[in-house]
Amino acid sequence: MAKILSQKFYDEMNKLVPRYPTRVALLLPALHQAQEEAGWLPSEVMEEIGEYIGIHPAQVREVASFYTMYNLNPVGKYHIKVCTNVACCLRGADEIVEHIEKKFGIACGGTTPDKKFTLMEEECLGACGTAPAMMLNDDYYENLDIKTIDQLLDGLK
Amino acid sequence: MIMAQQHEPMYIQYFNDECRPLSFYLEKMNGYAASKKAFGMSQDDIINEVKKSNLRGRGGAGFPTGMKWGFIPKQSAKPKYLVCNADESEPGTFKDRDLMRYTPHLLIEGMLIAAFAVGAHHGYIYIRGEYTREAKLLQIAIDEAYAKGYLGKNVQGSGFDFDLTVHRGAGAYICGEETGLLNSLEGKRGEPRVKPPFPAQAGAFGGPTVVNNVETLTAVPYIINKGGEWFSALGKVEKSGGTRIICVSGHVNKPGLYEINAGSMTVRQIIDLAGGVLGGKKLKAVIPGGSSAPVLTADEIDVIYDIEPLMKVGTMMGSAAMMVVSEDYCMVKLIQRITKFYAHESCGQCTPCREGCKWMEDVLERILHGKGREQDLNLLLDITDNIAGKTLCALGDAAAGPVASFVKKFKPEFEAYIRGEKHG
Repeated sequence: MAKILSQKFYDEMNKLVPRYPTRVALLLPALHQAQEEAGWLPSEVMEEIGEYIGIHPAQVREVASFYTMYNLNPVGKYHIKVCTNVACCLRGADEIVEHIEKKFGIACGGTTPDKKFTLMEEECLGACGTAPAMMLNDDYYENLDIKTIDQLLDGLK
Repeated sequence: MIMAQQHEPMYIQYFNDECRPLSFYLEKMNGYAASKKAFGMSQDDIINEVKKSNLRGRGGAGFPTGMKWGFIPKQSAKPKYLVCNADESEPGTFKDRDLMRYTPHLLIEGMLIAAFAVGAHHGYIYIRGEYTREAKLLQIAIDEAYAKGYLGKNVQGSGFDFDLTVHRGAGAYICGEETGLLNSLEGKRGEPRVKPPFPAQAGAFGGPTVVNNVETLTAVPYIINKGGEWFSALGKVEKSGGTRIICVSGHVNKPGLYEINAGSMTVRQIIDLAGGVLGGKKLKAVIPGGSSAPVLTADEIDVIYDIEPLMKVGTMMGSAAMMVVSEDYCMVKLIQRITKFYAHESCGQCTPCREGCKWMEDVLERILHGKGREQDLNLLLDITDNIAGKTLCALGDAAAGPVASFVKKFKPEFEAYIRGEKHG
């Protein structure tokens, strides 16, 4: 099978091998690393991870599907995850979600036709003192209001 | 981040970027002096000092830390492990994030001492996946510590070896439960385990394991430097030592982290400390210890904010996450949102939790949308009764307790929906 994951993936993983007493423990780090490269986790990538670790691809999928951060479907270039849990809700997260939905003409969970933006609701991000909060790819944005959201999203290429 | 006067802060004055580097920790925070001292003590003496300190777990359960360490067998055929629970997933909680990004070396040194005390040579920091930046900052601090001999082989010339690895979660509330966390660390689904065996007997990779919260571990260097009695005396109620970092969010004028001596203030005083209710409105409710804690009404807030006093009034301090709700927010909407969270996060192993959370969500949803039935409130209470105490881990109880408390304490709001006078 032709390799999809880069040499960097294998280098990073090999560095981690001595940090764990079992090889299966590499699974979560491997899924993170692979997703960082591919943006999501297509079946072929999960198969390759399974082969590297020495487990069945079904076991990779079984684990990957348990965790919400692993994308089992493609997402847009900019992945917006708005926290709508208690503290953010109390501070107006619903209006923010509604605003972004209208702005891009997509419902929560959807991706814009140009594959630029995916919008998702997120459970508590641990930024309750600076609510409402959201993630844009790997980064946190806090103390949000409609104006700051527009500034941020309109500036994205 | 404001410290009330007359208290002795341990953390909050360091919550800024300048305090992060090893050089600051060494020069200004007496860094790695406690571990040096600990290496000259016996393991039992360290554990006894922590027992004396009345340090109780800061992750939610409030279990006495010294006692937890004491459960680890001295001899073990399998390697022992120390795991830091940095999953910080209880809604309302955001203290560990600041501890990790501003005072990472305090955590590393706390882990070093804890590992020495229980005889573990490898530690893992299981950090929630969303804290990408914090994970990177921790890794930088760990690299600094390795480079200067505070981690790795023969730490500070003590003959003790200790390796530390950052392990990222991937978005699952249940991984804050310690055995779910251990499964996740092992590369599995984060489903909680049947106990016993407890982690102290068979935890990570089958070895005896201590799992401690971030804030718990950051208290350890202070306890070794200044003594268990000093730490214990910081607490103003029995069986609770040290200071507590309280996460105040929701409808207050100044949300954020506040550090107080354990048990030194009431819920009302803490709301005042956070600038009072937002916009000068009236208080309606307080969720005192993360979304898993049963709610308090505005009439119930003169209770001391600590583990035992809150337990006596039927709720809990949890991870010290206080969420404040002002007069005009709808309690039906709020509990529906909370329940949706638990239904989403239930790992699905135990039927009462998997089915019950979903049922509660559906019933609340229909009440909110004007389709509630007269018997629905009793139905909700009946479901909570069928979940609580009937599951492997505490998630079921965490979902049931709030629903029961909202229905009992804010019944007229639910009834208004059911009568069709309000709908969401």
